[in-house]
Amino acid sequence: MLELRVRKRFPARPDSAPFALDVEFRAGAGVTVLFGPSGAGKTLTLDAIAGFAVPEEGRILLDDEILFDAASGVNLAPRARHCGYVFQNYALFPHMTLRQNLAFAAERRPRLERHRKVNEMLERFHLTDAAGRRPHELSGGQKQRCSIARALIGAPRLLLLDEPARGLDAPLRGEFYGLLRQVRAEFQIPTVLVTHDLEECFELGDEMLILREGRLAQSGPPRAVAERPASVEVARLLGIFNLLPADILELNPQLNLSRLRVAGFELAGPYFPGHFRGDRVWVCVRPDQLTATARNGAPGANQTPAQLVRVVEMPHLARLEFAGEIRVELPRAEYEKQRQNKEWLVGFPQQALRVL
Amino acid sequence: MVVDWFPLWLSLKVASIATALSLVIGLWLAYLLAHRRFRGMELLDAASALPLVLPPTVLGYYLLVLFGRQAALGRLYEWLTGSPLVFTWQAAVLAAMFHAVPLLVIFARAAFESVDRSYERAARNLGASDWRVFWRVTLPLARRSILAAAVLAFARSLGDFGITIMIAGNIPGRTQTMAVAIYDAVESGNGALARTLVVIVSVLAVLILSLANRLVARQAS
Repeated sequence: MLELRVRKRFPARPDSAPFALDVEFRAGAGVTVLFGPSGAGKTLTLDAIAGFAVPEEGRILLDDEILFDAASGVNLAPRARHCGYVFQNYALFPHMTLRQNLAFAAERRPRLERHRKVNEMLERFHLTDAAGRRPHELSGGQKQRCSIARALIGAPRLLLLDEPARGLDAPLRGEFYGLLRQVRAEFQIPTVLVTHDLEECFELGDEMLILREGRLAQSGPPRAVAERPASVEVARLLGIFNLLPADILELNPQLNLSRLRVAGFELAGPYFPGHFRGDRVWVCVRPDQLTATARNGAPGANQTPAQLVRVVEMPHLARLEFAGEIRVELPRAEYEKQRQNKEWLVGFPQQALRVL
Repeated sequence: MVVDWFPLWLSLKVASIATALSLVIGLWLAYLLAHRRFRGMELLDAASALPLVLPPTVLGYYLLVLFGRQAALGRLYEWLTGSPLVFTWQAAVLAAMFHAVPLLVIFARAAFESVDRSYERAARNLGASDWRVFWRVTLPLARRSILAAAVLAFARSLGDFGITIMIAGNIPGRTQTMAVAIYDAVESGNGALARTLVVIVSVLAVLILSLANRLVARQAS
C-alpha cells in the first residue's frame, strides 16, 4: 500500500508559469491510473515517489516504511526505495545487451540467484531470443517488455509506469494491456500508471485519479468517474461529453422535474439537488445518449432542430456534429436508415441530463 | 647531423604520465561540475579554466613559488620523495598537467552532461550506488568523447614550453623536452636540427588530431 501526501511549489520562470503540486492519495494492490493533460504534474508525482523530486511538505509511506517525511527530515535515496520505475523513453542502457540490462538490475539480489532470475525473467517476458541484442536492435514491444522486466527483477514493492504505451501502435497496445494484466496477477504489487489516454484507464485502471494543474480533481473507479464527472473541468478532460451552457429556469423536487434554457431552446430535465433557480450551469450528456431523427413538422418535447455540420463515419458508429457543439453518436445501422435526412431534430432524453 | 632522440622520448613519457594523472583529476572535477550543485562551484569552474587563459610564464612563476625548495609544497614533495621537484623531469609532468587538466575538465564535463539523465536515474532506481552509476553507466556512455579528450590532452601536453622552461629548465639529457629542444636548437644556430624536430612534432600532432577526430566521428555515428 502506498500512501502519499506531497506539496511542491515551482515559482514562475521566464519560460514557465508558476506551478504547485499538491496531491494526496493511497494506492493499494492493483493499478492506480494517474490521468491528466500534459503539465498536470503526473510525472512529477512519480518522481516524488521514486525519490527524484523532493517535495517541500508531506510524507510518502510504502508498506508502512517512510520513504519521505518533510517533518522529520526523512528522505530515502532513490536506490533505497525499491520502486520499479518504467520510464517514458524506457531508459534501457544503450551500451548493454538486453541480458546485461536485466543483470544490472538483478545485482541487488543474492549472487547465486541472479543468473537464474535473469533467465526466468527473459523467459517470462518472451525475450530469450533477443537477450543478446542491444536496445537499438529491439522492436518497440521488446523494448517495452524489457523495461518492465528490468523494473520488476529486483522484486520492487511498487511499480511506477510513465506513459508506457506512448508511441505504440494499436496491436502493440493490445499486447501491452495483456502484459500488464499478467504483471498485475503475478506480482500483486501496487502499480501507479501515468497516462493521458482514456482507453488505457478503462483497460487497466482499478482506480483512477484525475490530476489537473497539480491537484486531484476527482478519483474513483474509472467507470464511476466517467459516468459522474464531478466538475466541468473533469468532464472536459475526459473529452467524451457534450457540454452546453444553460440557465436553470425551474426546479421541482416533488415531480423530479426541472426546466433549463440552453442556447435558444428549452429542455426538461430531472430535479437537480444542490442547485437553485437561476443558476448558470453546464448540461453534461454523452453523445450516445442523445437521439437524432428526421425533422417532420414541429419538434416534440426535449427536441430541438439542429443543423448538421459534419459526419464522422466509423466502423461501429457514426458521429454527427451539429452546430452549437452538439455531438450525437448513432449506431451504424441506425445512421444508415437516416442517411438521407435533410433536416434534423436532436432529442435530449430527460433522465439522461446532468448538470455541473 | 646527429639527432638526439632523448627530447622526443622524454616528451612522450612526460605527456603520457601527465595525461594519465590528468584523467584522474580531470574526470573527477568534470563529474563534480556536471552533476553536483555546491557552494564555490563557480569558483572551481573558473579556476579549472584559468590555465587556458593565463600566460604559461605566469603559471610557471606560480609553480616556482609554490614548489620551490624553500616553499611549503616544495619541501613536502622533497620530504615525500627524497628529491626536490624543480628542475627535474617530474616538474615537466606537473607543467604538462596544467595544460591537460583544463582541457579534460571542459571536454569531459560536456561529455558527462550529454549523457541522458534518464539512464543515470534508471540506474539509481535499480539500486546502484553513485560510484556504480558512474563506472557502469555514465563513463561507458561518455567514453568515446572522453577518450578523444584524453588524446587531445596528450597532444597538448607534448607542446608545453613556457611552464616547462620555468620549473623544469633546459637540462639536455634530463629535462629537455621537444619544445625546449627546438628553442635551444634555434638559439644555438643549429637550423638543421630545429627543422628536423619541428617536422617530427608537426607530424605527430597531425596524427594525434586525426585519431581524436576519428574517435569523435565514430561516437557520432
